[in-house]
Amino acid sequence: MSRSTSVIPGFGLTLGYTLVYLSLLVLIPLGALFLKTTELSWAQFIAIVSAPRVLAALKLSFGTAFAAAVLNGVIGTLLAWVLVRYRFPGRKLIEAMIDLPFALPTAVAGIALTALYAPNGPIGQFATQMGFKIAYSPLGITLALTFVTLPFVVRTLQPVLADIPREVEEAAACLGARPLQVVRHVLLPALLPAWLTGFALAFARGVGEYGSVIFIAGNMPMKTEILPLLIMVKLDQYDYAGATAIGVLMLVVSFILLLAINLLQRRIAHG
Amino acid sequence: MTTASLPVSANARAATTRRGKQTARRLLIGAAWLTFALFLLLPLLIVLGEAFKQGVGTFFTAILEPDALAALKLTLLAVGISVPLNLVFGVAAAWCVSKYEFRGKSLLVTLIDLPFSVSPVIAGLIYVLLFGAQGYFGEWLSDRDIQIVFAVPGIVLATLFVTVPFVARELIPLMQEQGSTEEEAARLLGASGWQMFWHITLPNIKWGLIYGVVLCTARAMGEFGAVSVVSGHIRGLTNTLPLHVEILYNEYNHVAAFSVASLLLALALVILLLKQWSESRIARLKTGAQP
Repeated sequence: MSRSTSVIPGFGLTLGYTLVYLSLLVLIPLGALFLKTTELSWAQFIAIVSAPRVLAALKLSFGTAFAAAVLNGVIGTLLAWVLVRYRFPGRKLIEAMIDLPFALPTAVAGIALTALYAPNGPIGQFATQMGFKIAYSPLGITLALTFVTLPFVVRTLQPVLADIPREVEEAAACLGARPLQVVRHVLLPALLPAWLTGFALAFARGVGEYGSVIFIAGNMPMKTEILPLLIMVKLDQYDYAGATAIGVLMLVVSFILLLAINLLQRRIAHG
Repeated sequence: MTTASLPVSANARAATTRRGKQTARRLLIGAAWLTFALFLLLPLLIVLGEAFKQGVGTFFTAILEPDALAALKLTLLAVGISVPLNLVFGVAAAWCVSKYEFRGKSLLVTLIDLPFSVSPVIAGLIYVLLFGAQGYFGEWLSDRDIQIVFAVPGIVLATLFVTVPFVARELIPLMQEQGSTEEEAARLLGASGWQMFWHITLPNIKWGLIYGVVLCTARAMGEFGAVSVVSGHIRGLTNTLPLHVEILYNEYNHVAAFSVASLLLALALVILLLKQWSESRIARLKTGAQP
């Protein structure tokens, strides 16, 4: 159906409204971010984003977000598989509670996880006994990010898993495939694109996440300071140019990584 | 070997794989329960445990003190403004994306989703750059004595930004799936545009709409990063509930912090219930639609 032949009214109205609303609220303000960076010379921009403290935060933010996305890739796959394939007591409860991290304010998640993993907390004390820290270390940040992004992999895998007919696996098994071969040759290729989508969503959210992390991170410069927090620090010092440069750096790096994941996904989908 | 032994050994093999499958099943379900308890249940329980550590009295003191109530009021205000506005936007956006073909449509869908991939802190930052004292409109605003950043309007704007995609994102796939034959029929039978929308489209998308609103409300209520940048952190004036939790926590007033947090947790659980309910209605609509 093309718009010229449509009998349904409202094209101009809805498209116009959508564009005006998006421009006022999202596009023009984001444009301001890039406009602000043009006030910096190229050399100044490089000097800001290559400062050791910024590079340390960059490594930490992207590293922990990546680790959390990988961890989610494993436990998310497990949860999706069990929820789709098996019927067992408590399944409905788990199914409903998977989305808790999306419904729970991130600050609440932050203080709850900190209480849990702090050196004297119910789980943290075991780590203390074994001689390491969970809260106030990159491990704590990774766990917080894993919590807030938990639903992504589960929710992208579930519909795909439900659509794979069991007969395909059974046929493979009847033809003599061992269980691991079934996973490798039947399930993995079918699930990989959706898995990557969930992974990318979790990763993107993890890089920008702020509320749940700042409580558990400890926020030590060079060690446990994430990029969004560094933007906050610069803002508190009225260093708007610095905050803007880091913001642009974050957007650009995230964009490149998501683009790479997209390309990888397309390559897998087309064999 | 006799011919009779063949089926026996085949049966035995089948039994072994069945037993193997049973073991795998039990192991995986156990692992899922463990993950669930460790990652989702424990954080929830610790919030409640810490909140009621000193009894019900301190809990109620913490959530009924004036600053907490002011924070609740501001949170409700931000939700009350941002959800309806993004609801109207979501319907309009889903309408033009799902009912018409035009160039640049996929670009438009990407732009609608954009706020999801921008860090909340950046969402706050852009409004500071526009409306802050040194921002592009800063002088103009201060000449007219209007304050946006570090005041209530900034908090509303930041909340609006982070919740833009929720309703549109739920409605677009739903409306694309439903197609527009019913609307076309209504038009050909002489219905006006508004009649068609109220009597055909709205009943069809009702549950998807509720689902989107529920998700939008959850995020608007809990947004922290974006709001934190544009809030002046003035107690009783520019603090939302999540920011109030942060202040109490940083003052080492842990019981009060967890009390307010458990209030937010209760709201989150209500949201999960509403979500579950609208989801089951959507599922029923879908199976009901197929003859």
